[in-house]
Amino acid sequence: MIAGLIASAARLVSGASVFYRDEPPDERQRVYFANHTSHLDFVVLWSALPGNVRQFVRPVAARDYWEKGALRRYLSEKVFRAILIDRGVGSVADARGTIDRLAAEMENRYSIIVFPEGTRGSGEEIAPFKSGLYHLCREKPGLELVPVWLDNMNRILPKGELLPVPMLSRVIFGRRMAMEHGEPKPAFLERARAAIRELRGL
Amino acid sequence: MTGLSDPSLVRLVGGVLVLLVVASGVGFVLSRRARTESARAAVANLNARIRAWWIMVAVFAIAVWTGGIGSIVLFALMSLLALREFVTLAPTHREDHRTLLWAFFAVTPLQYYLIGIRWYGLFAIMIPVYAFVLVAVSNVIAGRTDRFLERTATIHWGLMVCVYCVSHAPALLMLDIPGYRTNAKLLVFLVLVVQISDVLQYVFGKLFGKHPVAPVISPNKTWEGFGGGVLTASLVGTAIWWATPFTPVQAFALSVAITLAGFAGGLVMSAIKRDRGVKDYGALIAGHGGMLDRIDSLCFAAPVFFHLTRYYFTP
Repeated sequence: MIAGLIASAARLVSGASVFYRDEPPDERQRVYFANHTSHLDFVVLWSALPGNVRQFVRPVAARDYWEKGALRRYLSEKVFRAILIDRGVGSVADARGTIDRLAAEMENRYSIIVFPEGTRGSGEEIAPFKSGLYHLCREKPGLELVPVWLDNMNRILPKGELLPVPMLSRVIFGRRMAMEHGEPKPAFLERARAAIRELRGL
Repeated sequence: MTGLSDPSLVRLVGGVLVLLVVASGVGFVLSRRARTESARAAVANLNARIRAWWIMVAVFAIAVWTGGIGSIVLFALMSLLALREFVTLAPTHREDHRTLLWAFFAVTPLQYYLIGIRWYGLFAIMIPVYAFVLVAVSNVIAGRTDRFLERTATIHWGLMVCVYCVSHAPALLMLDIPGYRTNAKLLVFLVLVVQISDVLQYVFGKLFGKHPVAPVISPNKTWEGFGGGVLTASLVGTAIWWATPFTPVQAFALSVAITLAGFAGGLVMSAIKRDRGVKDYGALIAGHGGMLDRIDSLCFAAPVFFHLTRYYFTP
């Protein structure tokens, strides 16, 4: 019920109209990846999904942020059931471990929401993607990806601000895609990034 | 001052309901008759609009029936929704964030609070004077200078149109008119004439429209629609003079003023939409577009009607 309330509040504040370029999302396992400009991004994308799909969708979020304070911990554990990962891992082995754990937590039924830019941008440009998306696709061959463009979030709640200005926004789900067999890393990451950028013009 | 005890308010709302029943009936008949693909689409849009009218009338009727507070809250929410649509389209910067927070969460509630406590003096100048200063100072503090005047003026303009102008509709409840009670009827009179004028201009434009008033701004607004709509809507306003403190002639003159101001408002808001390259301000109301698309005429008509009534009919 709390999840439902949060979703309604997110829809109200962000005034999001939702568009699908493919069929609307269903419960199958997918990776939703989007541009990242605001703290609202995850919750708005999540609230834009149909309720029955939402319960199988988990965000991938930074451990250092979401384990601070009782409220954040409650939200990330009980409401969003976030998969928490460590940011800024140094070694290749650590990164490997993160991807392994992510794949394990997803099992064969949970979809995830990721922001492959790694950090919030200003909203003008989409930063080059981190390679996690690529490694995850190698780990789980055939995994479907859904590009999502989140429009206007940086104006509703820009970086460094506490209160949102309730402007209107758009959440545009693009066409599903998958990594091709043997596709090189830079080409794949660039293709994924272009898929989001293309939605921007709509 | 709840409106249930006032028979002419009951009659007004009853009349609107009859109108809606007739409109729905016509819509139903048309939907059975439509044969071609394009006719079906047009009728579907018409019926979506009529359904939305039912909801809008229901919300408005409930607000009016609660007396003052319901109407004030309803128009405050309408202002917030309109401002939200306006700001979304306006080219504001991140540095304007704090200023916008002031506009949404301080200026707008305060303006409607002033109606609630019937403080006309501050109501009339709060946004033109104090919010004018506040917006500029807040933007200075934010520290960005490029396009400063444009950004500041845009935010203040949004407050003027979406909050200040719109708030003059529920402000009618503040007026003390000798020998007249239940001012909610004045509010219904204003909204009815404005909206009927919009509908009739649309209908006359569809039936007889040939010569566009301002082809660059809005190809759908024609002289034929304008003339037919203004005249017939003013006759509707005249026909319900019994619910107002006006004589029939006065009701006609005020209706003409309302419809002319409303027409001007619609044109101005269309010009802004063209400038920003969109067709509607939003998709809040099915078939109608956003809140601002529905109340663009009211924005200009409300203050004109309010001041004419205040000047000529209050001591």
